[in-house]
Amino acid sequence: MIGAASALNGNISGEWYLALAAVLFAIGAFGLLIRRNVLVMFMCVELMLNAANLTFVTFANMLHDIGGQVLVFFVLVVAAAEVVVGLGIVVAIFRRRANATADDFHLMKG
Amino acid sequence: MAAVMHGVLLAATATGHASLVDWGTFVVAAAIVLSGAIGVVVARNPVHSALMLVMTLFGIAVLFVLQRDDFLAAVQVIVYAGAIVVLFLFVIMFLGVDRDENIATEPLRGQRPLAVALVALGVTGLLLLGEVSKWTTGALSVAGSTDSSTSNVAQLGTSVYTTYLFPFEVTSALLVIAVVGAVALARRPPAVVTAPDPDDELVDESAPAAADAHQEVTP
Repeated sequence: MIGAASALNGNISGEWYLALAAVLFAIGAFGLLIRRNVLVMFMCVELMLNAANLTFVTFANMLHDIGGQVLVFFVLVVAAAEVVVGLGIVVAIFRRRANATADDFHLMKG
Repeated sequence: MAAVMHGVLLAATATGHASLVDWGTFVVAAAIVLSGAIGVVVARNPVHSALMLVMTLFGIAVLFVLQRDDFLAAVQVIVYAGAIVVLFLFVIMFLGVDRDENIATEPLRGQRPLAVALVALGVTGLLLLGEVSKWTTGALSVAGSTDSSTSNVAQLGTSVYTTYLFPFEVTSALLVIAVVGAVALARRPPAVVTAPDPDDELVDESAPAAADAHQEVTP
């Protein structure tokens, strides 16, 4: 696929955007695996979601299909809901344990 | 696939090669995105991570604009940089975790090499998939096609309010559930310290009247 056609994306071929999104996703996944602070882990999830969004928009332009952009719209909504509930959970845990480190969350009950 | 590729090729020849301005914008935005993402991962202070996240999100918004996707660029800045990162910063400050943490030592032995290996494997697979596979059918979805003659907002709005009307309504339910869930999670549990026992009042008689009045105010 890469190099098969220089698609219309702005004027830059879409493969560059896809490669950038893949690298961004990799950085996010790497951060999610190595960081222990729950808040930073959430931010790494946001990085991965943004990489997916960039891929959606790029394919929407490459294939001339508005569906990719509509999906980004829904991803934004789900990301907002996810962050709200996730941070609520962090606050609730922090109230009991006074710690925001993932290693300490090994009990199902407080 | 062939039809799509044909159309794409036609469009590419019609517009010619990428201009220097486009490339310059792309390179600068990509550099901002990647340096911000690396900053999120390596920053020791969560506040710095959040600010680096803002940088990445702005870079992504620039890339959206570069792809003629104006509405999502605006939403990206307003919702992500404006609301989500502020929520992150609020929680960081609220919990008081805005100090440096030690990330030099790995908590699990061999965690980082393993993470590097896994991520490299995944990304290599992803790029290989894009390189060798021909799994796109070329069939357009039901959402409608992008058209440069009408505005991006109008196209997106038409699609969301007609084809995707039901999912759009479901997202409102999702948001309400998320808000209720967040309130239920973050609320203090019904406190056991309030509502003093009637039996305790005999013991508390020596306490000042002001303290008693204060206790009565708390439910």
